[in-house]
Amino acid sequence: MKANKSVFSSLFGRQRRGRTVSILLVILAYIVLTVMIRSGNLSRLFQGLLVPICCYMVAAIGLNLNVGVSGELNLGQAGFMSIGAFAGICLSGRLAPLLPNTLLRLVLAILLGAVCAMIFGFLIGIPVLKLQGDYLAIVTLAFGQIIKSLITNMYFGFDENGFQFSFVANTTKLAPGGKMLLNGPMGATGTERIANFTVGAVLVLLALLVVYHIMYSKSGRAIMAARDNRIAAESVGIHVSNTKMLAFVISAGLAGAAGALFGLNYATLVPNKFDFNTSILLLVYVVLGGLGNMTGTMIATAVLVLLPELLRSLQDYRMLIYAIVLIVIMLLTNNETLKTWFGKLKAGKGAAAGKEG
Amino acid sequence: MGFLSYLINGLGLGSVYAIIALGYTMVYGIAKMLNFAHGDVIMVGAYVAFFALNTYKLPTVPAVLLAVLVCTVLGVVVEKLAYKPLRQATSLAVLITAIGVSYFLQNGAQLLWSSSPKVFPALVGNGSLTLGSLSVSYVTLITIATCILVMIGLTLFVNRTKTGRAMRACSEDKGAATLMGINVNQIISVTFAIGSGLAAIAAVLLCASYPQVFPTLGSMPGIKAFTAAVFGGIGSIPGAFLGGLLLGVIEIFAKAYISTQLSDAIVFAVLIVVLLIKPTGLLGRKLSEKV
Repeated sequence: MKANKSVFSSLFGRQRRGRTVSILLVILAYIVLTVMIRSGNLSRLFQGLLVPICCYMVAAIGLNLNVGVSGELNLGQAGFMSIGAFAGICLSGRLAPLLPNTLLRLVLAILLGAVCAMIFGFLIGIPVLKLQGDYLAIVTLAFGQIIKSLITNMYFGFDENGFQFSFVANTTKLAPGGKMLLNGPMGATGTERIANFTVGAVLVLLALLVVYHIMYSKSGRAIMAARDNRIAAESVGIHVSNTKMLAFVISAGLAGAAGALFGLNYATLVPNKFDFNTSILLLVYVVLGGLGNMTGTMIATAVLVLLPELLRSLQDYRMLIYAIVLIVIMLLTNNETLKTWFGKLKAGKGAAAGKEG
Repeated sequence: MGFLSYLINGLGLGSVYAIIALGYTMVYGIAKMLNFAHGDVIMVGAYVAFFALNTYKLPTVPAVLLAVLVCTVLGVVVEKLAYKPLRQATSLAVLITAIGVSYFLQNGAQLLWSSSPKVFPALVGNGSLTLGSLSVSYVTLITIATCILVMIGLTLFVNRTKTGRAMRACSEDKGAATLMGINVNQIISVTFAIGSGLAAIAAVLLCASYPQVFPTLGSMPGIKAFTAAVFGGIGSIPGAFLGGLLLGVIEIFAKAYISTQLSDAIVFAVLIVVLLIKPTGLLGRKLSEKV
């Protein structure tokens, strides 16, 4: 009986409830959507959006670890997605003749994407985390732009003689039968589309497990302590830069994994896809979903990716309405009168429940 | 073409960045928010100037004044409707709202005026001043002159007038300013009005050098000018000028001597290096932490 209770509290106790709810939600959504696909109840348009939604969710969950849990505004998350995407595409393209198993290739590409993004995250984190506040934000923005600019100028291909690489001007001369993996501003073309929804859903689950594991661990508490009061955290012996670096690198890794899955979902991908607007879009998902709230992030991502599609009947007006919805949500969720009203409602409910109990 | 002519072209581009950066830095100094919709106010200014010059055949000066007027009103209205209700909210909430406003303006412009670029009419012809081997276009000279005028005017306004003093007081300490009888909301409106009016001037100067008007026109200059504002120390008016001019010169030099494709990467790399050496920008105030 006692064991039962502790299992229950570790799943639904106040602290861990977020993790259980979010994971159950993902599993439930996956089952429902799979049944709908099998029974043909899901439109083609909607099916095509499933993998991108998973990718944005993973990148946004990572960003929430950085912005919500660690408290550092990051305006360059798309840059890490970009690194992951093109690393993953290159690996998959190179391995295609050697490794026919697409699932294994996809997993390897995602792993490489995550590792590359983490390495860059670490290197970028060294200078970035020395700064604070809006200055830190602008440097992440700058790194996002630099990454985009560098990848736009890369030419990378291989033929039977091995790899060829050139920068700024395309000087690669491939033997017949060779394949260009990266083609400057054109990005990757002719990518074999090996991404699928199941891997996407598994990746979302993994991202949740990783992020919640960190949040509930000792380092997670250190990260949050450093967010709430840097000086107090330092005075109790927390190494603030190290804890912030952990959050930054994991966040970058998740973005890289998401990018690899994203890249392998499209036949062509241009480096401009991962520009400042994409970073901002991810930030919108995080803020609308709630800082530090992973379930909220996932819901906000799904709703905001689908919203323009659902508004398709309004044609030209849909992006205008999207903008208005965004502004109105921000105004309503920060309205003092509404906040106190909801606060009273909650307090009233609590008091009523207390009386009944 | 030599070093001197690159330098002057750089100062011309930098002047435009400097004027835009003022809008960012003043709003940040007083309202403590990153106004990401500022770039799109530039775009609206460019369209108004375009229609005034092209469709209604107004002379240059009234057309520019009309653009300034429309942008000023737009800036104040946006502040009242979207940012004022969020005075007490977190800075991230305001940031996202500003992004919403930016989307709204871009997509509104696309609906009203279509996404195909329009060709901005030449304001002063394509003539250029030649001194020996050095040749500088009139547009560049006018841009630099305008920037100097704006710099002098704004410095006088902020240092000598009552409103300017009130603005400085608000950026120091809003609570104390309120106690001294300053209407903080009004000062914030004035700040948005000035920043947006300057954005319209920047729009005309930008379009005089790069004569194309389209709905996302303001995005890239907006990001660059924001970078310039941080470069000089965000919140500091002289810093915005210095940052803008330096950014323009670095960009043109990078294009001329290193690589056109990599110029953006070089500009942002320089920003990172500067922030590592001086973490609050060139002329920014040092952040002090209270325990």
